[in-house]
Amino acid sequence: MNTDTHAAHADDHHHGDGHAHGTFSTYLLGFVLSVVLTAIPFWLVMSGALPSKQITALVIMAFAVVQIVVHMIYFLHMTTKSENGWSMMALIFTIVMVVIALSGSLWVMNHLNSNMMPIHQMSGMK
Amino acid sequence: MSPDLLKLIFGRLGLESLPLHEPIVVGTFVVVALGGATLLGGLTYFRLWGYLWREWFTTVDHKRIGIMYMILGIVMLLRGFADALMMRGQQMLAFGGSEGYLNAHHYDQVFTAHGVIMIFFVAMPLVTGLMNYVVPLQIGARDVSFPFLNNFSFWMTVGGAVLVMASLFIGEFARTGWLAYPPLSNIGYSPDVGVDYYIWALQVAGVGTTLSGINLICTIVKLRCPGMTMMKMPVFTWTSLCTNILIVASFPVLTVVLALLSLDRYVGTNFFTNDFGGSPMMYVNLIWIWGHPEVYILVLPAFGIFSEVTSTFSGKRLFGYTSMVYATVVITILSYLVWLHHFFTMGSGASVNSFFGITTMIISIPTGAKMFNWLFTMYRGRIRYELPMMWTIAFMLTFVLGGMTGVLLAVPPADFVLHNSLFLIAHFHNVIIGGVVFGAFAGINYWFPKAFGFKLDVFWGKLSFWFWVVGFYLAFMPLYVLGLMGVTRRLRVFDDPSLQIWFVIAAIGAFLVFLGILSMLMQFAVSLLKREQLKDVTGDPWDARTLEWATSSPPPDYNFAFTPVVHDNDAWWDMKKRGYQRPLTGFRPIHMPSSTGTGVILAGLATAMGFGLIWYIWWLAAASFIAMLVVGIGHTFNYHRDFDIPADDVIRTEDARTKLLAGVK
Repeated sequence: MNTDTHAAHADDHHHGDGHAHGTFSTYLLGFVLSVVLTAIPFWLVMSGALPSKQITALVIMAFAVVQIVVHMIYFLHMTTKSENGWSMMALIFTIVMVVIALSGSLWVMNHLNSNMMPIHQMSGMK
Repeated sequence: MSPDLLKLIFGRLGLESLPLHEPIVVGTFVVVALGGATLLGGLTYFRLWGYLWREWFTTVDHKRIGIMYMILGIVMLLRGFADALMMRGQQMLAFGGSEGYLNAHHYDQVFTAHGVIMIFFVAMPLVTGLMNYVVPLQIGARDVSFPFLNNFSFWMTVGGAVLVMASLFIGEFARTGWLAYPPLSNIGYSPDVGVDYYIWALQVAGVGTTLSGINLICTIVKLRCPGMTMMKMPVFTWTSLCTNILIVASFPVLTVVLALLSLDRYVGTNFFTNDFGGSPMMYVNLIWIWGHPEVYILVLPAFGIFSEVTSTFSGKRLFGYTSMVYATVVITILSYLVWLHHFFTMGSGASVNSFFGITTMIISIPTGAKMFNWLFTMYRGRIRYELPMMWTIAFMLTFVLGGMTGVLLAVPPADFVLHNSLFLIAHFHNVIIGGVVFGAFAGINYWFPKAFGFKLDVFWGKLSFWFWVVGFYLAFMPLYVLGLMGVTRRLRVFDDPSLQIWFVIAAIGAFLVFLGILSMLMQFAVSLLKREQLKDVTGDPWDARTLEWATSSPPPDYNFAFTPVVHDNDAWWDMKKRGYQRPLTGFRPIHMPSSTGTGVILAGLATAMGFGLIWYIWWLAAASFIAMLVVGIGHTFNYHRDFDIPADDVIRTEDARTKLLAGVK
């Protein structure tokens, strides 16, 4: 039975259970949102509307995160219920892993940076 | 021909790339070439090429792919172990002014190749092979979710192995240690092809590993038979699930790190250089974010094997199934929180070191819980000391020892004394051999009758067991001693003659392990010859508990004529207790995936591309890359992907089994 299901995948683009399909309007909405979310960061950089480069970078990153969420909802059709909750679980796991790897690396490398500075700067350290 | 034209055609590959000045390598080449020629000649003489191509190379059957993974692992074990013997020999001899028999250039390649091969091309194929073979059977599925992808993954792993092996005779391998830390692995310090062989072998094989991880996760999540909820899955399936999640989450990190390193080497970026804002320490940090989960990728399936074996050979349900599952999941998460313990001494502050030291010590708690679960499973069980159970007992004793030295190393101040020493070498061999290798051997002895329909010979099995276990202790206990005395790893010559005796003992141990490996090969050969006496027609030679033993040995192509329905953790044990009767009628055609040669071709092209990139043969790299795209896209137009096994064939297969079973009773 099981192989029947997956062989059918190849045949008729059958998408398995609990998989939501998008409609034309949701795809259009997703597309418009992505375009807007891409256009604003471009505009921010080109016009220099925000006072400092650092703030601009942070705002762009925030837009990027929203962009990811838009893609997941409108193009990947992820909800808390899709694939019996496995999609959500995988997403949470991915976020945990990425947060660990990024924050851990920043923390570790930052400490290395402060501990491995040239000798003449270390004389003031306690 | 002009040098420019030669360079265009052959890149930096020339006659001088062949290591003709190294008599050891030339000798090895002659032996390998003769052996290879004999093998190829034999295959041609007995007209086996067609059979191999149709039935094995192009197969999408998870069982055959699993067996091919095991063969790859064992063949590469011989290569990796040859390196180990050479190192032990060198370190035993190089005292009192003697230079030993390996020059530094060669010795550095030997220890690098040993580490790379043992982890990526021995341990990984053995573990993946067992998962591939057993998981679909344990969950009552007919194959993995993506059978073609499975074939492709296997051949990519082979492609990586081929590149590593090619480096032995064409050019040279990395001289950097198995993780190729920059700045040593940067182009400035390693300008030759060694590190490029390393990078592309791992990148090609890494694609295979990642895809096979995705495939098995999908299989376990989607293809379980009716009634098998997550908490009714066999423990081996659970540990396989966690291992593959670890693979999918961590191998991309390795891919990216190696990609950044290759950018440094090929186009002159400065990610890991000392100058221009690069940081070699970032490489160390990133590669261990992959590297520590990798340790658990290897050992979790071994834990699963020991769980199945302990419960089968104690005749009892596994003690603390739920705690076993939770311990596995906790280890999966925690394995991402400990990576810095591989470089305590790199210069992080006390707070960073103590955080990672404590997480490391915490991870020993779920591992210890598992150990007690196995002990309590054995407690008051009717233990049968068959070969798989012997390997399990040896594991429990050895692994606890290795675990304790690991907790010792997890204490940052102790690590400052012991890091980079032979103590560390002894520790990780203690857990990898005691855990992963013994686990793979327990698994091989346990599931061999399932795969081939006859048991493995006990005499040679026991001989191999004792050679391995005794040899292991003789080989690595001296290294603990030497490590405590301050001897560092990767040394080629020694001054202090009082150390020599320990290296001699270690070399004797390594030689015993060598005899253990020979005995194991002998065990396979003898079992093959005695297969009629060792035959098992019941499909359940060990009176086992999980679903893979419900079908015949070897299982038919379709695994189960009817998809089983599960009511209990130990599904097959439960079926036996309830007087399960095999269905004898009502067979229907079974829908199966078809074989395809695309996987072999794609992986072959990927390997050629790797070779081109290593030697700067740009036309070859570009051509094989384009060919890969063409073949890959071409394959999407292949609509002959599946076929039906006719009901008549199923009836014939199942009737044959009915006759065999009737013969037993």
